[in-house]
Amino acid sequence: MTTQPPLKKVSAKSDLLLSTEHSLCPGCGEPLAMRVILELIEELGVRDRTICVCGIGCYTAFPGIIDVDVLQALHGRAPSVATGAKRVLADRFVFTLQGDGDMVNEGLQEIIHCAARGERFTAVLLNNGVFGETGGHMTATSVLGQRTKTTMATGRVPELHGWPIRIADLIAQVDGAAYVARGAMHTPGAIKWTKQCLRDAFAAQLEGRGFSFVEILTMCPTDWYVDPTETPDWVEQHFSPTYPLRVIKPA
Amino acid sequence: MSAARVLMEGSHAIAEAAVQAGCRFYAGYPITPSTEILEYMSYRQPQVGGVCVNAESEIEAINMVWGAAGCGVRAMIASTGQGISLMQEALAEMSNAEIPCVVVNMMRGQGDYYQATRGGGHGDYRHLVLAPHTVQEAVDLIGLAFYLGDRWRTPVDVLGDFVLGHTSEAVEFRPRDESDLPPKTWAATGAAGRRAHNVTPLGSPDKLNLRHGEHFTIMAEKYPRIAAAETRCETGLLDDAEMAVVAFGSPARFVKYAIRQCRAQGLKVGWIRPITLWPFPGEVIAETASRVRALAVFEQNAGQMIDDVRLAVLGRAPVVPIGGVSHDHSGFGVGPILEPAGIVARITDAYRGKVAA
Repeated sequence: MTTQPPLKKVSAKSDLLLSTEHSLCPGCGEPLAMRVILELIEELGVRDRTICVCGIGCYTAFPGIIDVDVLQALHGRAPSVATGAKRVLADRFVFTLQGDGDMVNEGLQEIIHCAARGERFTAVLLNNGVFGETGGHMTATSVLGQRTKTTMATGRVPELHGWPIRIADLIAQVDGAAYVARGAMHTPGAIKWTKQCLRDAFAAQLEGRGFSFVEILTMCPTDWYVDPTETPDWVEQHFSPTYPLRVIKPA
Repeated sequence: MSAARVLMEGSHAIAEAAVQAGCRFYAGYPITPSTEILEYMSYRQPQVGGVCVNAESEIEAINMVWGAAGCGVRAMIASTGQGISLMQEALAEMSNAEIPCVVVNMMRGQGDYYQATRGGGHGDYRHLVLAPHTVQEAVDLIGLAFYLGDRWRTPVDVLGDFVLGHTSEAVEFRPRDESDLPPKTWAATGAAGRRAHNVTPLGSPDKLNLRHGEHFTIMAEKYPRIAAAETRCETGLLDDAEMAVVAFGSPARFVKYAIRQCRAQGLKVGWIRPITLWPFPGEVIAETASRVRALAVFEQNAGQMIDDVRLAVLGRAPVVPIGGVSHDHSGFGVGPILEPAGIVARITDAYRGKVAA
């Protein structure tokens, strides 16, 4: 009789994920970020008082498959909706989910004012430098040289398209921001490190210390004009120089 | 505050009425002539455990209201037409998300009739629009607006103006019986003890059961039901009238005074005052049109509500405009058109067939 070695669980989906079916592309970084957030909500035991305020982008697919209450906001306005929610339900755990087009293009004013007011929610930016949902157009965070559908001939060049906005660095300068960090989803190490950033950001909220902000660089396998298997390397080589992974404002 | 009458300026009375109706979140951006509501809320809300945010823009303010109201808390916003224009994307989608709130538009004149009654934003939606003509009625309609908003799960507009906001009158705050309102089980509160849900303009509160397309049909069927149930208007001196004057809001108060002057001179004139601008009291107007020589429309704009009057009358009687654009030097306030003798003259001219339809 042979004995089987004991089974060790190395990976499982979060119980807060209602379905593993979603409409995002294979290789996308956004589901990875969503998974990490859900894991933390479970670990912190805050599911019953969590309100997610979701922007408009590819990640708008998540509200239908995550087991937390969601307020769906307009493009750009999630921070304002979260302000209203957190102000009237101060004991709830509120976080926003926005892409770079949503936050840094359409909603730049909202995010900066929320930080300045020290609104006690956590803002999460999923930054892939492209309007993914509409098919790959330049955003305010597209890096120099990046090919998009609206910078096809030249890549992003300052003379034609201006420079990328480092939103996390801007937020860190605002007094009301209690914690600001930038992580990424392109390597296991980066994911683990980013999870700690999110844990610290969520702690800042739960301890009432002010506005917390985590930018997460995510791969776009469809709209980067890069072989999908090479997108993690592309983050390292082309995104990280403009957006270095670091805690910009420690707790 | 007790049920005793107190002297209050219209804007402050509107804000207090909201507080007494249970409004616990207000966000606003200063703009004439609505600013006094923000000022009042800034000190009044903290007294009752509520929140007032002096927002960075009208767009932020209405989206904050979205967040608070989406959590099930009664929330209000006030501005004037210009600021309301900035809010239209949110107001259109809050309608689809079925998030109730009260939107007060203290107009500069009455030029925002179309904005209020045509939805103002994108898509197939309507807002209930209540148009008070006295400060007491404004107080009462604010309470009604919160009630109707929760009953129908929709934003409700209260359309006031410079005169209403800046007139002081003795008012009484009367509590409303709201025992028939259902609990807000749809709100986002954290999903303690229940399945999580979405509050979304995409119309899919049930996760894993997304039916976005169906939602637009469901919403389209909701507005006729609101219209059938909630149309309100006031009429006066119509029994023997040969002409009816249609007017709304503060100018209607001047019109009612002018009509009594006309009556004293022997003119058989009465009035129709829509209290809900949407739904519009078209049936009352149509019925009246079948037994008068003409209808005259007095509004302080270039002619907006007159379109709804004509749609209701459908050619049964001539519909003549007797209002017009009239502002003070600043452009914010009231021009000479509300001078009663002038209104009497305009009504008299229309009565005698001297105004072209």
